[in-house]
Order: sequence, then C-alpha cells, then structure tokens
Amino acid sequence: MSNEPILRAEELSKAFGGVQALSLVSFDLYKGDVLGIIGPNGSGKTTLVNCLTGFVKSDSGKVHFKGKKITNMAPHKIANMGVTRTFQIMRPYYSLPAYKNLIVPLFSPRSRRTGGWRGGGKLGSRDTVSVDILEEIGFERDSYVPYKMASSLPTGYLKRLELARCLALRPEIVICDEVFSGLSMSEMASMVPLIERLQMDGITLIMIEHRLRELFRVANRVMVLNFGMKLLEGSPEEVVENEQVKEAYFGSEEVFGYV
Amino acid sequence: MDKHTHRKERVDRGIKVRSDSVYAVSGWPETLYLLTPRLTLILGLLAAPLILYAFPYWQRVLSIICIYGLLAVSFDFLAHYVGLVSLGGAFFIGVGSYGAALLNTELGLPPVLSIPIATLVGAAVCTVLLLPCLPLRGVYFAIVTLMYPLLAARIIEALDIMGGTDGLIGVDGFSGSWVEKYTLLCALLFFLFFLRRLVMEDIGLVFRGVKDNDQAVKASGINITTYKAIAVYISATLGCFGGACLAHIYMWAGISQFALDFSIIPIAATVVGGAGTLVGPVIGCLILVPVSELLRDFGTLRIAVYAAILTAFIVYKSEGIMTYCARKYHQFERWVEI
Repeated sequence: MSNEPILRAEELSKAFGGVQALSLVSFDLYKGDVLGIIGPNGSGKTTLVNCLTGFVKSDSGKVHFKGKKITNMAPHKIANMGVTRTFQIMRPYYSLPAYKNLIVPLFSPRSRRTGGWRGGGKLGSRDTVSVDILEEIGFERDSYVPYKMASSLPTGYLKRLELARCLALRPEIVICDEVFSGLSMSEMASMVPLIERLQMDGITLIMIEHRLRELFRVANRVMVLNFGMKLLEGSPEEVVENEQVKEAYFGSEEVFGYV
Repeated sequence: MDKHTHRKERVDRGIKVRSDSVYAVSGWPETLYLLTPRLTLILGLLAAPLILYAFPYWQRVLSIICIYGLLAVSFDFLAHYVGLVSLGGAFFIGVGSYGAALLNTELGLPPVLSIPIATLVGAAVCTVLLLPCLPLRGVYFAIVTLMYPLLAARIIEALDIMGGTDGLIGVDGFSGSWVEKYTLLCALLFFLFFLRRLVMEDIGLVFRGVKDNDQAVKASGINITTYKAIAVYISATLGCFGGACLAHIYMWAGISQFALDFSIIPIAATVVGGAGTLVGPVIGCLILVPVSELLRDFGTLRIAVYAAILTAFIVYKSEGIMTYCARKYHQFERWVEI
C-alpha cells in the first residue's frame, strides 16, 4: 500500500429535493483495499456509488482518482479511466446472448486501446475474449450457458455478468453494488472466491453489502453510513463491536449473534 | 386436439439448425434453404421493372416504393436496434431533396454528383440538427423529431427562401427511367443488406445495447451520444438518398417533401412487414404503397380504407408479415401431451 490513495472522496453531498441522501461523506481508498460499505436501507450507499461513478451529479464535494479530479465527470469517461461499477438491479442486454453482452465493454476506448480495432488483438477476436472473461467469472465454456440469451439466465449468472462487464474494461477499481443480494447460499459461496480472486489480481474493490458474513470474509475495512452520513470507518472487528453502529444500523443489541 | 391435455409446441426444423452453422455449405439443401428467401427478394426486386415493362405508371410507383422502402428500413433500424423512435423521416427526405435540388440548380452538378453529395452532406446536416435531441428517449424523441419536418416547411414558407412555396424548379431528371429505377433498387438492396450485417457486427451490438440498457452502456465506458449520433447519421443517409432521388425524379423540390406522409407510411410499413426484421418494412412498403395507389380512385375514402387495413394488421397480426413467414419457414408446430 502506497501512501497516495487511489480514490479519495471529499465531503460528498447530494440532496434529492428535500431528502439529504448524502452529506459530507469522505473516505480514502488505497490500492489493494477491499472497502465494505454497509448501512440500513436508504442510508445513501447506492447514491454514493452513483456520485463516485458520475451517474448522479453530486451537489458538493470532490472525488479524486489517482490524484486526478473526476468529480461529476460523464460516467463513460470515469469508466474509461478504470473505475467501474455493477448495478444493484442487474442491467444486462436481455436481447443478446451472454457472451455478446461483453462485446459492448470490449468495444469501449479503454479496451480498444489494448485490444485493437478488431477486438482482443493478440488475444483473439472480441468473441473469444468475452468467452475467456466469462469462463474466469464462472460460466462453463463448454456448456450452453455463455451462449444463452441473457433474458433466460438466472440471477446468479446475471450478477456474474455484471462483474464480467467490469472486468472486460480491465478495471483498477470495481465498485460492487450488492453482488450477493438475491443469491442462494450456494451461489454466494461460489461468489466469494471470485471476489477474493479479483483482490489477488490487484483490483481495488468497494463492496456495498447487506450480507455481512460474506462481506467480512473479504473486506479489510468497513464504512458505515446512516442517513447519508458516515458513522464510522474501521476494520470489520471494530465495526462489529461499535455500540453506535449496533444501535443505528440494527436497532437492537442481539443482531451480531449470527455473524 | 384437446387444449387441456395437449399443447402446441414449436420446434426448429432440422434443416434450419444445420444451416445455422458452418454446415450450411455441407450440401445443396442447406445452401438453398438459406439462399432461396434472399434470392427471391433480390431477383424479384431486380426483375420488377422488367415485369412492369408495359405499365410505365407502375414503374414509377416502383421508384416511390423504393424511396418509402429506404425510409422504412431506416426507421426500423433506428427504432428497433438503437431505441430511437424517429418520426423525422420527412425531414431526411426534405433535406436530401432540397440539397440535391440546390446542388443541381445553383452549382450545375449532374445527378451523378448531386445525389451522393446531397446524401452525405444532408445526413450530416440532419445529424447535427438532431444532436440536441439525442439525450431524449422513447416518446419524447418521437415528438421532437415530428416537429423537425413541420418546422422546416414553415421556415421555408415564412422566410421565402429556397423558392418558398413554389419550391425549386428546373432540376435535371435522371438520364433515363431505367437508370432511375435501378439506382433506387440497387441502393435499397445495398442498404438493406448493409444494415442487416451492421446490426450483427460489434458496433451493431453497441447500438442494440443502447436500446436495451443505455445505463449499462455508459457503465461500459461508451459514450452513448456518440453512438446514437452515428446511428442517426446512418439512418439519415438512407432518407437523404431517397430525398435526393425524389428531387431528380420529380425534377422539383418543394415543401411537400417535408410532408408527414414520409414519416407515417414507413412506420405503417414497419408494422405491417414486421418490426425489427429490416426486410419486413420493405415488404410492408411493397404492399402499402401500391394499395395506396389503387385506392386513389376512392378519393378521400382512401385514408379510411388505409386505416382499416392498418388497424386489422395491428389487431390480428401485430407481429408482421415477415416475422410470421420466418417462423413458418424455420419452425414447425406439433401437439404434445402435457
């Protein structure tokens, strides 16, 4: 870990009408970090992601990526710099087969810089590259799954497809908006190693989660949001122990029994 | 068959499955299976002027069919592969038409030059003018694009520029009626097969991504406005080409070329022919435009009959002719026990 944070948010604020979705949230993200963001429903987690990736313009505050200001830049420009995100509600291209879904990110300027006009360059055509990426993320190459229509895939695969779309951009930061939600226990169990794998590949991760057990397995730092404000930041153990967090987030004293 | 114990099942024909992959060239049946529909369309269209040799009136109708066909294909491409429902067909026609007429009358360029220049420059003009509307989606884009041809006609009328209400007269005609018909037919076939190929290419997948889910395209690091603009340019190219040819066919360009017929009939043809098939709209035009000509005898009732046909299609066969035929060609149905 170097001293210079790879991503720095300074006092981000965003209000939707009278609702203060985010107020003065600041944090630093260092290379190789896995930062978990937790908080009750409506605490501003997704708004924070939207502000970081340019999908929503923040009212005030700054975001720096590797020292460069990316506050309120267009989403595609931020994605091209290597800050990618998944969507909480999956957004695949339903009318295309799974592997053709990845052609779109592979067509982006960032991927083309390394892949050339016809696709993956030395790695083959875009179709080949996309099947390679899908295999990495858990689509069996020799099965029918990568060639099926995205509309006929189950949630588990669609969540993976979201991650695959980020990976196709060869990202530096992946912001995962609830990749574990809506998955069965076995799907979740197979997702955790994927996340660990991304971390080992040197990708910095921000994970918004409600599934604390899985999150605490991978995250090295956790930030708690409540009513758009940052409540606490620390290691998973510290967060679990914190009385304030227990009260704000869970409202009772018994909750961490199952963690 | 009893509906309670049996249900209808659709299964791909064996020959369809075989000809989907490299086995298409394994034997004549597979190759012919693929070639027959395509060759029927190509040869049928190319032979049409010869078949109609004795009927010059219908030969002229054929040219008009081609122009509407180009517009309909461009509408289908924009609406079903890029997600921009454009009612600006008349605007494309008008810009192309005035462009060709100006190039021909003011600069004295022959049709060989005026048509391509009017097509390429006209499409660029249309794209630039539509740029501010590109962030709009769905019905909002439709409403705004509907305004463009109306606005253009009013501006020309009010400012009395480019011939005003009289239009630009004295435009050269095509060097012959065969040149006129085959230019249009070849262009229609070229653009049709070009677009069919384009939507399967990687850039076409980006267009389809924009239609399916533009947020995901943004998250993929692609500027959706750029790609929408490229799609509009391609689409406007077809329309402006049709318009430029129209100016040379009628040897005149006027504000009636901004008429809403050019916006509405292509949409009707797309509905009749089958949305999202690209070939369907051409088939739709082959039916609707001649019907519209035949109904001329009925005077104003023409519109009523026309509306009845459209309503019937939308209610009873909303999938369109092409989708229906393709299904019958590729699949068979059978009853299976539940």
